[in-house]
Formats: sequence, structure tokens, C-alpha cells
Amino acid sequence: MKSTPYYWPAWILLGLVGLTSLLFGAGTLELRQAFAVLAGQGTEEARFIVLELRLPRLAIGLVTGLALGVAGALLQTLTRNPLAEPGLLGVSAGSAFAVSLAILAGASTATLTTLVSQAGALAGCGLVILATRIQGVGQDPVRLVLAGATLSALLMSLTSLIMLIDQRAADEIRFWITGSIAGKNWEQLTTTLPTLVISGFIVIAVAKPLASLALGERVARGLGHRPGLVQLGVVIAVALLTGSATALAGPLMFVGLVVPFVARALGGADIRKTLWLCLPLGPAMIIAADTLSRLLVAPSEMPLGVITALLGAPVLLVIIRTRRIPTL
Amino acid sequence: MNQFVTVPSTLRLDAPLSACNLTMAHGHHTVLSELDIALPAGRVTAIVGPNGCGKSTLLNGLARIHKPRHGSVVLNGADIQTLPARQVAQKLALLPQDNSAPEGLTVTDLIRFGRHPHQGWLSQWSDDDQRAVEQALAAADIEALADRALDTLSGGQRQRAWVAMSIAQETPLLLLDEPTSALDLGHQVEVFELIRTLAGRGKTIAMVVHDLPSACRYADNVVAMCGGEIIGAGAPADVITTELIETLYGITCDLMQDPASGSPVLLNIRRMQR
Repeated sequence: MKSTPYYWPAWILLGLVGLTSLLFGAGTLELRQAFAVLAGQGTEEARFIVLELRLPRLAIGLVTGLALGVAGALLQTLTRNPLAEPGLLGVSAGSAFAVSLAILAGASTATLTTLVSQAGALAGCGLVILATRIQGVGQDPVRLVLAGATLSALLMSLTSLIMLIDQRAADEIRFWITGSIAGKNWEQLTTTLPTLVISGFIVIAVAKPLASLALGERVARGLGHRPGLVQLGVVIAVALLTGSATALAGPLMFVGLVVPFVARALGGADIRKTLWLCLPLGPAMIIAADTLSRLLVAPSEMPLGVITALLGAPVLLVIIRTRRIPTL
Repeated sequence: MNQFVTVPSTLRLDAPLSACNLTMAHGHHTVLSELDIALPAGRVTAIVGPNGCGKSTLLNGLARIHKPRHGSVVLNGADIQTLPARQVAQKLALLPQDNSAPEGLTVTDLIRFGRHPHQGWLSQWSDDDQRAVEQALAAADIEALADRALDTLSGGQRQRAWVAMSIAQETPLLLLDEPTSALDLGHQVEVFELIRTLAGRGKTIAMVVHDLPSACRYADNVVAMCGGEIIGAGAPADVITTELIETLYGITCDLMQDPASGSPVLLNIRRMQR
């Protein structure tokens, strides 16, 4: 299923983008010295900048990009809607609200956020599933998204309310909500690893039945799959992945929409090909955006969330204009 | 309520798939009530009847897609609801009607889906799978189209590709829901002849068919349904009578025997004077 001519080029692209992110930005450092560090030498200061400032950002960019790309691909296939986005399940809004509550209660963005935002993501997603289950429409992806959009709107306004109440919280939340992978450390990365591993297993288990669901629910059942179980698995995986990504980088819009879109344009409509392509493409987008965010207004930085949108929009436009996008 | 021919009970003993006292409902609306049916082994059974008579619901029940309200479906002697979905899919293939596939999916891609019931979570593509796909391509006579995208094929070719997916499932039983709907006459014959070929190789087949003459021509066994009940079952020449056609469709006609095949032919069809 990896058999698309774009698979290896996508990984090479990620490699180049990753290398660039180690060589440029986040701390002033001459290119020659950055190379020296990569070769295992370099001054103390150069080593600090490359290995302690830039490398964790690269790693976090890798993980968030992977999570958002895969989550987006899963959700778009499940809902058969190429415009579906992980944020639609109430996941981003749930974690944003949870983080806001925590900040209101006295936490700062540097502490606490990882677990809080994951808990919020799961709670948000759980509420959406519960709402559809109570109505007895739990297996209808369209209603799932509708319920998600409703809950998202509700939680967003509650978050705004918190920002109105407390000025300090408002500043912290505003910073967090634009999204950033700067100033994070390895510890924050490791707290998300268990959920990432769990969702990885879920994705492996559901990929094949999810692909067959694209042929229709009756066909999938006829092939011995259990669509209800697959849908539940997908929703949980999307919540876990988006929750982890949001915990690490804030609610980054657009990545979960654009990356699977590009992957599908390159590899065709089969979810397994899309997923394989999302693995390198998601991280490539975030890391490229992050590198740009350091370079554009150096020595200060642009918010990452702004760059992903600025980078994603033209890519999406070019793809839409030049290629036929397979329908889902 | 079986006012015409009942299913002979001797048939049921060696039937690989049968239903007993089957009642199925959508919400509060009962679609099938206390229905008995048995598919004779190695034969083609056509299920006919007017729109909304419960043909597709019956097929869904037989294929374990939907759960019966009462009664049971018996697959090789076991209640189908007690069997795991995957095990059922190894014995029984279902081809629903009006299927659609993602754009760009090739014929081979589609047929490979038929191997899912035989694969584990992580199992790689095996030699058995490869052989099954090649045989399915050959059986459906679409080897030349193997790498074409489904959306570039004619209706008949596309339907043969879907049937090939079911063939690759390598099940002794095959259930088809209106396999020829929306196909022109030439493509209909193409698909029906493929179904006959499969029965000739020992598959037990049941198909929902709208076109009564085709059902008579290509099936060994006709099951006539009306209002959620079976009102006739048996060989076409025995079952299809002008009275049955009146009950099913509210039309009168004359019946003749096709000199070539011996199957009933409908002539002089007109609306019944009420």
C-alpha cells in the first residue's frame, strides 16, 4: 500500500525540512557552526543552541505533525468529507477550554498544559459521542460532526468568557491559542508518548476496515468488518492524536485539513496510501512552518499557528487548481 | 399464509443457508414476518417481488447484515448470529446494490478487498491471496481491465469487477442484491451469464432480481415475495403462474414457454382491471 511514487520523495522532503530547521533560526548561530555540531563537534554554545533549542522543537514538530496529519486523514475518511478537520469533533475546543480553566485556576502555559489539554480533548470528544449515542445516531458520521461543531462553538464561547473574566488568564490563553512549539522540552514530549502509542495501535487495527468502509457500510459488513467498532476506534484515535498535538503545540488549525488533502491528491483515495503519505507530510509542514516562523521576523518569532495557515492556504489553492482531488 | 407452493422440507436439510421463522423489522415497522426459506446447494435462487416487499431486507438478514427480530438464519447448521462476522464472511459473500468506490480505485485494488475475511490484522499479502485475485479476474473475464480505474469502465465491466471481488472472497455462498439494476440488456446478459458460470462451478447463489423474465431464464429456483411473505417457491416453470403475477404486480398477462430454455415468458402484459 506504500506503492505511490510520492512516498519516498515525501520522506526526502521531510529530511531536508528537518535539516533546515536544525541549521537556521532559534538562536543566532553561524551556519558553519551548526554544521560542526551536526558533525559531532562545535562549541559549547553552538551545541546548546542546536541540541537543546532546535532539536526538541524538531522532535515536537515531528510528533504534532504526524498526529494532526493522521487524525485529519482518519476523520475525513470516516465522515466522507474532505473538509472535515480534527477540530470538528470538539477535540481542540475541549482541550482549549480545559487549558483555559487550568490557567484561570492559576497554572501558567509552561506548566500543567500537557495532561490538562489531553484530558480536555478526551472529555470534549466523549461528550460529542455521548450526545450522538443518546439520540441513537452514534453511527452517523455527519451527525457526529454536527454535534462536534455545536459543542466546539459552546466551549469556544465559554473560553472567551474566561478570557473576559481574568486579564492574566486572557494573556496566557491568547498566547497558547495561536499555537507554538517553541520553548517546549523533552518532558512534555514524553508525557504524550503513551497516548501516541495507543492511537498508533488503533490506527493499525482500523486502517484496513476503514478502507473497506469507503466501499459502503454493507460491503464492509459483508467482508466481515464491524463498522460500529471501526468508527468508535477512529473517533478515539482522532481524539487521542489531536489531544496530544494540542497539548504540545496548542490548537494548530489547518494542518489536519491540508496535509491529508495533499496526501490524497498525490496518492489516491485509499486511506492506507493517504496515511502512509501523511506520516512524512504532516511533520514536514509543521517543521517548515516553524522554521519560517523563526526566520520571517528574526530575531523575534511569528506565532506558528499563523504560519501554518499562511503556508497551508496557498498549497491548498495550488493543489485544487492543478489536480483532480479524489472524492471520498 | 403460503397460498401457492411451500418450500419442500427435504430441501432444507442439505441447504447451506436457510432461514426459519424469520421476522425482521425496521423500528416498529415489520418488514418480514415468520418467513421460511432454504437455498438449494449449487443452484441459483432468484428472489422476485414488487418494490418494498422485503427482498433486500431478506438478503440483509440472510447475510447477517441486520439482526432478525425473531427466528434464525442457519448457515451450515449453525445459527448465523452466533458466528463471528469474519467466519461468516469466509462462507458467504454479499454484493449489495448500487455500490460506489473511491475515485481512482483500480479493478485489482477492488478485488483485493475480497481477501479481507481471510487476512489477519497484520498479515501480509499471501500467495493464496494473489492466486485468488488472479482467478477472480479470470472468472469474471476482466483480466485485460486489471489495472484500469473503476470509474473509467462501462457499467457491465464495473459490475463484473464487483462480482469478481465477491469471487475472490472464495465463499461457497454468494448473495447478490439486484446485480443487474441500471445495466442495459447486453450488460445484464453479461452479468447473468457470469452468475450461471459461478453456479456451474458449485457456488450456491441467491440474487434479488427485478426483471421476472430474467429471473425465470437464469435461476433454477424462484422465490416470490409479496408484503413480507413468501407466496411461492420452486422451479420457475412450476411457480410462475398468471395468478402469481397478478398477486405480485397487479398485472395480467399470458404465459408461454420459451422454446429454447423451457422457462416461462410473459406476453401481452397489461394493467389489471379492478
